[in-house]
Amino acid sequence: MRRTGWVAAGLVLLAVAPAEAARIGELTDWDFGAQAARFFSLQDPSVRYALAGSMLLGLCCGLMGAFLVVRKLALMGDALSHAVLPGVALGFLWGMTKNPAAIFTGAVVAGLLGAVVVQWIRATTKHREDAALGFVLSSFFGVGIVLFTMIQNLPGGAKSGLDGFMFGQAAALGPEDVWLLAGVTVLALGSVGLFYKEYVLTSFDEGFARSLGWRVKLYHYSLMLLLAFAIVSALQAVGVVLVSAMLVIPAAAAFLLTDRMGAMLAWSAGFGMLAGAAGAFFSFTGRSLPTGPFMVLAAAALFLLALLFAPRHGIVGRLWRRRSRAARIRRENTLKAIYHVMEDGGFRDEAVAVESVAGRRRETTAGAGREIGELQRAGLATEEDGRVAFTPAGWQRACEIVRNHRLWELYLTNAAQLAPDHVHDDAEVIEHVLGEETVRRLERRLNYARRDPHGKLIPGLADLAGGAPPAERVAGFGGKGGAR
Amino acid sequence: MMKDFSTTSPPLEVHDLTVAYDRRPVLYGVDLTVPAGSLTGIIGPNGAGKSTLLKAVLGLLPLSAGWVKIFGGTLAQNALRTGYVPQRESVDWDFPVNVMDVVLMGRYGHLPPGRRPGRADREIARACLDQVQMLPLARRQIGNLSGGQRQRVFLARALAQESDLYFMDEPFAGVDAATEAAIIDLLREMKARGKTVVVVHHDLSTARDYFDRLVLLNMRLVAAGPTAEVFTPELLQKTYGGRLTILSDVAQSLGEEP
Repeated sequence: MRRTGWVAAGLVLLAVAPAEAARIGELTDWDFGAQAARFFSLQDPSVRYALAGSMLLGLCCGLMGAFLVVRKLALMGDALSHAVLPGVALGFLWGMTKNPAAIFTGAVVAGLLGAVVVQWIRATTKHREDAALGFVLSSFFGVGIVLFTMIQNLPGGAKSGLDGFMFGQAAALGPEDVWLLAGVTVLALGSVGLFYKEYVLTSFDEGFARSLGWRVKLYHYSLMLLLAFAIVSALQAVGVVLVSAMLVIPAAAAFLLTDRMGAMLAWSAGFGMLAGAAGAFFSFTGRSLPTGPFMVLAAAALFLLALLFAPRHGIVGRLWRRRSRAARIRRENTLKAIYHVMEDGGFRDEAVAVESVAGRRRETTAGAGREIGELQRAGLATEEDGRVAFTPAGWQRACEIVRNHRLWELYLTNAAQLAPDHVHDDAEVIEHVLGEETVRRLERRLNYARRDPHGKLIPGLADLAGGAPPAERVAGFGGKGGAR
Repeated sequence: MMKDFSTTSPPLEVHDLTVAYDRRPVLYGVDLTVPAGSLTGIIGPNGAGKSTLLKAVLGLLPLSAGWVKIFGGTLAQNALRTGYVPQRESVDWDFPVNVMDVVLMGRYGHLPPGRRPGRADREIARACLDQVQMLPLARRQIGNLSGGQRQRVFLARALAQESDLYFMDEPFAGVDAATEAAIIDLLREMKARGKTVVVVHHDLSTARDYFDRLVLLNMRLVAAGPTAEVFTPELLQKTYGGRLTILSDVAQSLGEEP
């Protein structure tokens, strides 16, 4: 999991870095600043259409994509988006113009036909969804390419502007396209808002929804219809090839950030809008560059950020937690070593030599010195003239660790019938993770035993309660268990 | 919503129920009546069609023949009086919902399309979570629960349905001992309140203690009745002792026929 994460991160960086570098080099020639100023002033109507359209499609695809991702149907978006291509071509052939209504209708019909074929292959053959999706995606796309090539060769076809459907051209968005996108977005927001609980339950637990008497198929196909609407209205701006990325990537990033469906929908829609705006910006400033790839790169960058910095599932957070846990275990092992050295001396001295601790830890004196430095910073020990002593907090934690270790060894030998020489390594791990409640249960289970399988004394509640330095505790120790 | 013994219709009546996957029959001609207020276990070997029977009764699988009556009517007429606990593995536990969200789903049947659960529904859900000792984990994402805790969440969701007849698919499978004890306590309490509970169960050793009625199933109904009458060596031998080889061979060939 972690390795694939890094590989993905590397790939995205590789993909982003050269593209950005090339763009910026080129952009300086085209007066990037002036173009950007024009973009942000929103004076130019084509800028307004491009920006509004891209953000609307981002929102719409983000919403629909969230449902695809949680239903594990991410590839369905890919198949549908490729399946609409023949419909786009036929819609154009209807009147030999880019009439949005004709193209929209043709594309939706083709997309739904694709969805039905997927369902049909699954129902009638032994193929699973993946093969069916692969078949529909590529064969419909192939038909679409053939039709597109035919249109290019028709008189007047070369200027059809249909090539914009392949990779998207936000700058070519007109008012009709934006109104279409707005209508579809309102429809999607309205449906999801109104039937939120229905869409969530049918996505999560279809069987339960059907046991309530719900018409699950109705919700499934209405979602597929909304999905087809979203894909088709987004085509002009992102293109057939990459529209599925706008369905999957913002939703996948949102999935990393939250554990609630409502929040996931909001994040996904927000990421989609952000990526859409970024795509429109780069496409505009870069002079008729395709929009789709830039939108997708922006979305991928957002995904990368989520992958790295998501609070619970993010790589950085996980690494940080792992590091701090490793540091805690190191501190606790040092505390334990100091305790062992003191125990060997019968707890006569309040402080012990750093060298002895180093020997116990099988470390160099310098290494042990560093570890003791960490303990000092954590307020668990003090060091003076090469001798180290516990603070009350340090003494308590050391007692707890030694107690956990010995209790666990005793438990394994008594309850799990392991030989005494088999239990040490396991206890080395367990001692750092045993909670107080488990310790209480272990103590009860072991009848508050005082000695571990190797005959060593187990520190009890009395030893750690007061947190007094060891010298004062020796009597208590010896009194209960007998002097060693 | 309370029990109605007056209208004599039993909670569940199944007649000549036959179910086939791809034309290959997996259940033959099952006749079954479950009386009100009973705690019924469906037992039988693997592949006997226990879960299939439950799903067919709930309308989740098409019937090849026969009929099912719930409180004397169709399931759709009595959907609100019918609760369901699916198998745990049937859902994706990484789904972005928390424990409370799932339990609230038990209220969805009572809400018209487009209506979200309200304060009263939340109160009910909270009470149901408390009943399975899961209230402290109400805000936990469901993927971070143990197997036993997941089962408790599903049970709480069913309780929130406030139904009269419950179908539970393997609620005891793969849960810890504490959860198993908690579930059986809960089932007995539901029975005491007049609910009817039908449970698919895999563990023969506990079946006699847990249920007051048993359905012995192996592709067809072997026996059904009070536990004391049907939990006999002969009937168990008939249920578990080898398949009816001709029956399953014929079923196989029916499926292979073009």
